[in-house]
Amino acid sequence: MKIRTMMLAALAATMMAGTALADTAVKIGVLNDRSGIYADLAGEGSVIAARMAVEDFKAADKGIAVEIISADHQNKPDVASTIARQWYDQDGVDVILDVPTSSAALAVNEITREKNKVFINSGAGTADLTGSKCSPNTVHWTYDTWALAHGTGSAMVANGGKKWFFLTADYAFGHALERDTAEVVKAAGGEVVGTVRHPFPGTDFSSFLLQAQSSGAQVIGLANAGGDTINSIKQAAEFGITQGGQALAGLLVFITDVHALGLQTAQGLVLTESFYWDLNDQTREWSKRFSEQNGGKMPTMVQAGVYAGVLHYLKAVEATAGKDAAAIMSKMKEMPTEDPLFGKGSVRQDGRKIHDMYLFKVKTPDQSKGPWDYYDLVATIPADKAFRPLADGGCELVK
Amino acid sequence: MAVETSDPGIALATDTPSAAGMSRQHLLIFAGLLALGLVAPFVLYPVFVMKVLCFALFACAFNLLLGYGGLLSFGHAAYFGSASYVCAHAAKAWNLTPELSILLGTGTACILGIVFGSLAIRRQGIYFAMVTLAFAQMVFFFSLQAPFTGGEDGIQSVPRGRLLGLIDLSADLTLYFFVLAVVFLGLLLIYRIIHSPFGQVLKAIRENEPRAVSLGYRVNRYKLAVFVMSATLAGLAGATKAIVFQLASLTDVYWTMSGEVVLMTLLGGMGTVFGPIVGAAIIVTMQNYLATFGAWVTVIQGCIFVVGVLLFREGIVGVLSKWFKKPL
Amino acid sequence: MFELLGIPPQALFGQLLLGLINGSFYALLSLGLAVIFGLLNIINFAHGAQYMMGAFVAWMLLNYLGVNYWWALLLVPIAVGLFGIVIERLLISRLYHLDHLYGLLLTFGLALIIQGLFRNQYGISGLPYQIPQQLAGGQNLGFMFLPNYRGWVIVASLVVCLATWFMIEKTKLGAYLRAATENPTLVGAFGINVPRLVTLTYGFGVALAAFAGVLAAPIYSVNPNMGADLIIVVFAVVVIGGMGSILGSIITGFGLGLIEGLTRVFYPEGSAVVIFVIMAIVLLVKPAGLFGRTA
Repeated sequence: MKIRTMMLAALAATMMAGTALADTAVKIGVLNDRSGIYADLAGEGSVIAARMAVEDFKAADKGIAVEIISADHQNKPDVASTIARQWYDQDGVDVILDVPTSSAALAVNEITREKNKVFINSGAGTADLTGSKCSPNTVHWTYDTWALAHGTGSAMVANGGKKWFFLTADYAFGHALERDTAEVVKAAGGEVVGTVRHPFPGTDFSSFLLQAQSSGAQVIGLANAGGDTINSIKQAAEFGITQGGQALAGLLVFITDVHALGLQTAQGLVLTESFYWDLNDQTREWSKRFSEQNGGKMPTMVQAGVYAGVLHYLKAVEATAGKDAAAIMSKMKEMPTEDPLFGKGSVRQDGRKIHDMYLFKVKTPDQSKGPWDYYDLVATIPADKAFRPLADGGCELVK
Repeated sequence: MAVETSDPGIALATDTPSAAGMSRQHLLIFAGLLALGLVAPFVLYPVFVMKVLCFALFACAFNLLLGYGGLLSFGHAAYFGSASYVCAHAAKAWNLTPELSILLGTGTACILGIVFGSLAIRRQGIYFAMVTLAFAQMVFFFSLQAPFTGGEDGIQSVPRGRLLGLIDLSADLTLYFFVLAVVFLGLLLIYRIIHSPFGQVLKAIRENEPRAVSLGYRVNRYKLAVFVMSATLAGLAGATKAIVFQLASLTDVYWTMSGEVVLMTLLGGMGTVFGPIVGAAIIVTMQNYLATFGAWVTVIQGCIFVVGVLLFREGIVGVLSKWFKKPL
Repeated sequence: MFELLGIPPQALFGQLLLGLINGSFYALLSLGLAVIFGLLNIINFAHGAQYMMGAFVAWMLLNYLGVNYWWALLLVPIAVGLFGIVIERLLISRLYHLDHLYGLLLTFGLALIIQGLFRNQYGISGLPYQIPQQLAGGQNLGFMFLPNYRGWVIVASLVVCLATWFMIEKTKLGAYLRAATENPTLVGAFGINVPRLVTLTYGFGVALAAFAGVLAAPIYSVNPNMGADLIIVVFAVVVIGGMGSILGSIITGFGLGLIEGLTRVFYPEGSAVVIFVIMAIVLLVKPAGLFGRTA
């Protein structure tokens, strides 16, 4: 599990320069999918992002020696919990980052609490991490299902998409996504005209799409993820669903999915993300540096979240001059966050990181000026509206 | 349609054991294994060793069916996984003590074994393999959708609890010795089954089913019995694993798990007493230390399968047993 | 919610048609398995991986060499079939004197290797493959919008299935094949090269899987795992149909596609298990399968 251990150049530089020995040695574990369906949106890119954060923070100059290790959790909660346990017990890891896939994230959440370390999640969606399963040791950085459902759901209804049909993956995560979005739709004055639960994972969605087509809905909400979403969008295009006037709303779609689908198929899709490389000068500058190291691929919001998470963690290490989990957690929640990717923000009591979210619409092939030019910004959802209100989550840390 | 096994090894294995129920070299090996098991947690990471133990029991249970019953099941994950789910649920939702939870899980696997087994033994050979696989798929879909299994999340943060309500198992080492005891007893039980008159009849059926029928044995009853035993012990392994990792997840019921246990048995040596233990130790170690190579682990496992089937059908222990001219 | 009994007949037709399309894939794949099993007596666990290879090779031909879909439909089965022949000669042929189960284990290992290699090379997100221009768009059938490509899938697979059936049941080559299945020694004594026949048969079965893979590429994303789950469903189809009959595997394939299609309307959650449930029932009532000879 230590194969990919990377002693950072920063550490080596410190030694060669003969400066004072590092006061604090920190070990960061990036645990994510390196071979599966989320390898493109997290994977090695998240490790690169973590490394960039250490370099940009100039950790070595500040007397903090950072080592980054990484492993593949294959999106399985059992593999994730085994690795996390071993990292904490055996390898001296202080903080785990990323961990896409909700089931794996919840597993790491529990182990981090048990071992009293720090967990900064970027990749997973489940809002339970800062709700019923919230932990004093966890920060949930980038996004969650509540934010996605509200961003996409309310925007679609506001644009006249009042009648919804849900295509839901038949497992806990899909159900949660559907439930959250349906609530938003109803609260905004829309209605849900139908729901179909498809087996997970599925390959052929045509039958379900046909049911959606004949339901008379204006919006088809895709409450699924990964390959299921890609296939349903692809087959929706094939059956002429978007041409027929029905809009597709992806409830969990990443820029890498759009990349895999191609603009021809994905055009017109509305989705919510917390980061896009082409938002402003700072994100463009950082993303350019990132893509140079990542084979030309632009960063996803998950990778951006890993960068920002590491940066904020290191600031807390510097401020507390140590790595005691409780001290660092309270420092991270007390300090406002600031980084080039998400701007200014904060970490809430329940561990929820607060920042703006953005509603995007996927461009048509004609509108796109080049590779990775995929999104048009439709609306900015201000930070105070983007996430579930503190009181509604049912987190026991909120008194 | 029996699985071809290493003939010399089997011929020797049918030697009647001594009055104590165990031949001397087997006694020595069991003692050696126990000693190894007692020392291991002080040298290696205990959770890792517990994983090896659980899979060793799983592979031995599987070997009981394949190596001695001659039946290749491609769906043993169903028993391993369902036991793991029931055990986790019992410990978490009903707050049962670990030993009761494990018993409940094992019982579930036993019942499933009876239901699926009585259907599956209607077919033989390849059909049998595919039928067991299909049943395992049904269990997988059930686990994915049933409300109590938690779908993708599985059942997480299962309490390790107090053994008999007295001994706190939350420390890795305490739990370790409990798991060691469970697994070791399971292995001894399997050993007893193999070397009982029942085991002899099984071997007769495996070698020549028509002859066994003509001798008046009710072949299907024996097949069902060994199927149920194998499923039950696989369930014991799965239930114990749920307590160790405090987690029951879909991985345990997915068909790749069924493939893995075949691999462990094949690699270690099917139809040998100790082979599956060796096979399990190797595969688990490999998965643990090669985890970061991602898909390469799959490729390596595939290569082991191919090489094993082509050149190495006796497995590691089978080869050793040939060298030493002793059944192992 | 979708009403159970309120489905107009037109919608039902649509769903049945879609079921038939899925059935096309089941039929092609189970046909390949049946052909291989008939002569080699092994269950080709690598069938799913070879189906996936078909889709990938089509993608590679298009992206690296600019070979279009129609040529791919011809070239890919040949290329992957050749690969199958090499595998049969190098590996599988060494196992004929052993129990059939070893063949199952060997091909299972091969499937792991092939899938692992493709995952390493191409990741798992899936690669896009456009529907050929000639078949883009669709027809409004009144009761549903049928994409031209899906219609083509039904036609192509029916033609290939029936051609295979004709070849095996009605031609001289097929007669040799069937005879070799019954008694290879005797057929060999008549001067027919049985090992070569076996090799070619395996290659042909693999080519069928690859053909299905090319057909699937434009509708499902080209993905290293696309065959892994499908193969288990196809196994169940094969158990239901029984291994004995070529026509049986074709009919079962299409029939189960239809049943699955209906389940998707009436009880979508169950559509993934319905085939396995049917399998259990068939086993109880008719253990040899619907069209099978007694094993």
